[in-house]
Amino acid sequence: MTNKIIPTTEVDVQNLVKYFDVSAPWLSRVFSGQPKQILKAVDGISFKIQKGETFSLVGESGCGKSTIARLLVGLYEPTDGKIKIKGHDISNLDSPKALRTLRKNVQMIFQDPFASLNPRWHVKDIIAEPIRAHKTLSDNHAIDKRVNELLDLVSLTKVDGDKFPHEFSGGQRQRISIARALASKPEFIVCDEPTSALDVSVQAQILNLMVDLQKELGLTYLFISHNLAVVYHISDHVGVMYLGRLAEVRDSKSLFSNPLHPYTRLLLDTIPDLDMSGRDRMPVAGEVPNPIDPPKACRFHPRCPFANERCKTEMPLPTPVPGGYVECHGVQENRLPAYVPIVR
Amino acid sequence: MTEALLKVENLSIAFKSRHGELTAVDNISFEMAPGEILGVVGESGAGKSLTGSALTGLLEKPGFIKSGQILFENRRIDNLPYEQMRRLRGLKIGAIFQDPLTSLNPLYTVGFHLVETIMTHLPMNQAKAKDHAIRLLTEVGIPAPEKRFEQYPHQFSGGMRQRVVIALAICANPKLIIADEPTTALDVSVQAQILRLLKTMSKEHGAAIMLITHDMGVIAETADRVSVMYAGRIAEIGPVASVIKNPQHPYTQGLMAAIPIIGHQAERLAQIDGAMPRLNAIPTGCSFNPRCPKVFERCYHDRPDLMTAQDSLAACWLHDKTR
Repeated sequence: MTNKIIPTTEVDVQNLVKYFDVSAPWLSRVFSGQPKQILKAVDGISFKIQKGETFSLVGESGCGKSTIARLLVGLYEPTDGKIKIKGHDISNLDSPKALRTLRKNVQMIFQDPFASLNPRWHVKDIIAEPIRAHKTLSDNHAIDKRVNELLDLVSLTKVDGDKFPHEFSGGQRQRISIARALASKPEFIVCDEPTSALDVSVQAQILNLMVDLQKELGLTYLFISHNLAVVYHISDHVGVMYLGRLAEVRDSKSLFSNPLHPYTRLLLDTIPDLDMSGRDRMPVAGEVPNPIDPPKACRFHPRCPFANERCKTEMPLPTPVPGGYVECHGVQENRLPAYVPIVR
Repeated sequence: MTEALLKVENLSIAFKSRHGELTAVDNISFEMAPGEILGVVGESGAGKSLTGSALTGLLEKPGFIKSGQILFENRRIDNLPYEQMRRLRGLKIGAIFQDPLTSLNPLYTVGFHLVETIMTHLPMNQAKAKDHAIRLLTEVGIPAPEKRFEQYPHQFSGGMRQRVVIALAICANPKLIIADEPTTALDVSVQAQILRLLKTMSKEHGAAIMLITHDMGVIAETADRVSVMYAGRIAEIGPVASVIKNPQHPYTQGLMAAIPIIGHQAERLAQIDGAMPRLNAIPTGCSFNPRCPKVFERCYHDRPDLMTAQDSLAACWLHDKTR
């Protein structure tokens, strides 16, 4: 959306893997003779985010979206693979000092504005925390000045700084979270479902604010959501996740006008229809399988209407398509029917 | 229109608090016809769920019905003693709640839940109740119902649990089902399945459904009529197509414009500035006046009631014919 002269890669994720050990304790395993249980939350994911753009991840609950968010801000350590931010590999930095300077550049906005702000702190202290932690400013007077600037940036007032989080509504709390995220002057912000706890009229306010800030400060966003309409509105590129894999990564326009992966089509078809065209939503068979024991080969084959023998035995690899890539044998073999866009 | 199944007349719900009485639902009236699906939308705190709990008699203290009455099949139900209300609820009025995990007891099997409810409300013995329960599970689309009957709630996925909750709600073939955010905790793909199921239940059993949600999309594809609530009052009520395509109240107009739609390219979303007022700070006159783009003098001191606005009713002075 922004006018870039030379596109520079802000975030480069290569073959990222995160497994969780969810086995019973060792002793119980010995008695019951159970093997170890590994939850494959993220299983080999690669994508790039250009500076100043918004990359969105969509998918149903449990597909690994939030795990990626947490990996990117360093709350989890990857099992395998690389995360490069501005060319620095953050998955592999041994010196805490280097990590700290890098962390200043990466901030996060969380889903629940009621849980992500400390109820015992004044709003001004919440916003000043990253500044104090990173020691960007030391003089108290300067910190106050910066906090007021930040409050102003998110359309709150100086007086609000002396209040406590409980005095604010959900939308205003999310504005405080945004101000806190901006405090250390980051360039890359991970937004994990920032509007899903908000009402639609407030959601519009927050989305508009995020778009304005991106233009003003040249921010790069990783935006995580399960709401496709919101993703359509805000993204430059979109990755559709299914059980720890990226099924389709395309630029937003191509993805929404001509979705290729059967799962993307399924997601688009299940959006409630506001135009009242009388269209019946596609009856979707089944639900997301358990990621502890995901289907072999193509993860989506048990729910896919176009699956054949190959889909059940062979893992699909990324196939380049206009505007991105798709992991699907059907697309590669060109045997899927053309997408019939919903008349809107 | 046939005889109304449910009539809500001038219902007000208030809370007693240290700072006096707070009115959360303020003088609302509406009717529901048998077999009709009425959608109720609004932001959190608008009073949607409270209205639902008043209808099921599950209003929790310190909330209480301050004034008005609820007529179900021409009989007053808002002042029934607890035991009578309990009989009615489940037999004639069913309820489906938002979170299917908390509405089932984790210590009992799904079958136990169903059999208990059936035997409470219908004259059946254990064996007959079990047959009926398995029939219900089949009806709500649970595969292998005989096997599932013996299982516990944690062995079910979110969508399947919500199906069980629906089976519980319809076990005595109620005339009215109050569904409070039945799909909010579910993924979109599962949401479609559950909404379709609710629609079929309404068609096949002739049950009226009050569908409470904050998602206009859900209303658009499921409901026959919709009532838009704002700050404890009904802002607009009318046939779903008119309200969505041609909203009459400025709040509904703002709400519809704020929803991002795939295919409509817009740099910015239309937004309603400000937030819904708190219960202790509801402005005089029209409660929407601080946020309304079309506000004029009268809105600040007179409170509008519902008035005819094309095909719908809207509580807005813009539609006052005597103006």
